[in-house]
Amino acid sequence: MLGDKDRIFTNLYGAQDWRLAGARARGAWDNTKAILDKGVDWIIDEMKKSGLRGRGGAGFPTGMKWSFMPKEVKDRPHYLVVNADESEPGTCKDRDIMRHDPHLLIEGCLVAGFAMRAHAGYIYVRGEFYNEAQHLIAAIKEAYDAGLLGKNACGSGWDFDLYVHRGAGAYICGEETALLESLEGKKGMPRLKPPFPAGAGLYGCPTTVNNVESIAVAPTILRRGAAWFAGIGRPNNTGTKLFCISGHVNRPCNVEEEMGIPLRELIERHCGGVRGGWDNLLAVIPGGASVPLLPKSICDTVLMDFDSLRDQRSGLGTAAVIVMDKSTDVVKAIARLSYFYKHESCGQCTPCREGTGWMWRVMERMVTGNARLEEIDALEDVTKQVEGHTICALGDAAAWPIQGLIRHFRPEMERRIRARTEKLAAE
Amino acid sequence: MAMITADPKDVPQVESFSFTPEYMAKVEEQIAHYPPGRQASAVIAVLDLAQRQQGWLPRAAMNEVARILDMAPIRVYEIATFYTMFQLRPKGKYLLQVCTTTPCWLRGSDAVMKACQHAADGEIFSVQEVECLGACVNAPVVQVNDDFYEDLDEASIKKVLDAFRRGETPKPGPQVDRQTSAPEGGLTTLKGE
Repeated sequence: MLGDKDRIFTNLYGAQDWRLAGARARGAWDNTKAILDKGVDWIIDEMKKSGLRGRGGAGFPTGMKWSFMPKEVKDRPHYLVVNADESEPGTCKDRDIMRHDPHLLIEGCLVAGFAMRAHAGYIYVRGEFYNEAQHLIAAIKEAYDAGLLGKNACGSGWDFDLYVHRGAGAYICGEETALLESLEGKKGMPRLKPPFPAGAGLYGCPTTVNNVESIAVAPTILRRGAAWFAGIGRPNNTGTKLFCISGHVNRPCNVEEEMGIPLRELIERHCGGVRGGWDNLLAVIPGGASVPLLPKSICDTVLMDFDSLRDQRSGLGTAAVIVMDKSTDVVKAIARLSYFYKHESCGQCTPCREGTGWMWRVMERMVTGNARLEEIDALEDVTKQVEGHTICALGDAAAWPIQGLIRHFRPEMERRIRARTEKLAAE
Repeated sequence: MAMITADPKDVPQVESFSFTPEYMAKVEEQIAHYPPGRQASAVIAVLDLAQRQQGWLPRAAMNEVARILDMAPIRVYEIATFYTMFQLRPKGKYLLQVCTTTPCWLRGSDAVMKACQHAADGEIFSVQEVECLGACVNAPVVQVNDDFYEDLDEASIKKVLDAFRRGETPKPGPQVDRQTSAPEGGLTTLKGE
């Protein structure tokens, strides 16, 4: 089990002062100049050695992502963009970082910006997080006033400006190229890749987009060493991770734990167990709404990391664990997610724009059993036609929860259809 | 995808809109965040300021934002209709944004929604169903203007609404005995040992 001495987010719950004095007392901004003095190559190498994989859902190695930025700044400036558009259902970890430990994020922005040769960074905060953005803005001002940001940041000789950019309600802006479009003052519609943002991102300039948590853990990794971070968790799934456990547990909460912690241990140690006991568990969505759900039989033993969950045909995603006990109407739970994706589709690609609406309408009929048995196959077929046929991953995200439902709860869907057919025949 | 028009026919439009000097200073501060010539990047922020000044976002305000940012008006209408936080019609003093996405639904957002709908009179309270607000370990959640009210049930949302109705501002955050997103009833980590 992870001890408090190995936790990065020591003010996760906001029990202490979130301002600069409090952050410094917890170790933030401790000789940041020394980290920068070691140079870009050392920082990127250390991030690679730490094994940190992006905390926004896709799990791409962070150090490698930073290394994709051009080695020299030519005619176009470089930008760091932080994705704080946290909207994946089940996920509420970046919110706690911003409101309770904003200086970890700000220091991370300086280090990451320096490593990618950027003189400016934007933090794109979802619009609903108004108060969280205010904390961040106040903390950035403190950092400027203390000489930690701006000209010659931390006395390093590097100039770095950091701005907060608030969104206005659009899940799609969590997709990195939609976020860049939005940051440029347009509708958040994803761009075709390539070109990738490292080649042509914000204003057509080299840009790297990282999740809040990925950036906020960087200074601690660099201070304590890659070996420390890599020694936590499992190979290829290293470090600590913020988990958000919601739904039918006795005490829902956010908690920082070791990667690869067994799902059951996570729930029983930190959340007081499943409501009504472990045997009352029906299913868990282990990584935010976009990943397929897992039935209890898999939850009994599965480990919470990228590779273990991928092996179970699901994913760690944002590590947002949504727990459903046996009282849950599981078809309705997934149908509500289908509505979410229909609502949030940007409308750019036909398979997603039309497909999300079609899938939702069929899912609503599946809730009441108002369908024919062969329509389950038709529904699955449509999910496969949406998946992989759109510019961004929202189409995939809409398809996967339904595929997971059919994979694990097909008998329940068939039971509802048969029950309704029989009821109608009897009348 | 939502079908929204920038100019709803049943809404009384305002003839003109201009920023007060106080708001105009904030507008200029926002524009200064972006490189020269990239002032369109500030469109969400400036529309938000217009909405805060006016209480909602009439067409006249969108036109003024387009003028200030040197954008074609249609580009601003696109933004105002794409992002769900822009209110294209007048609303009550308190906008109740009730999250009903799965994590909130699992913990009883239906009852919370019902209580909010019951309270909605268009003057003190307006109500909207919204998608995931990103506070799922404190579900169910209702956003009232800028603040999140968390860990709600039917009784506690009614209490919150009653307080607003009396002109008070109830304390945002969890409505049960709990430190933000920590587990209720005692910490399992960060106990300061």
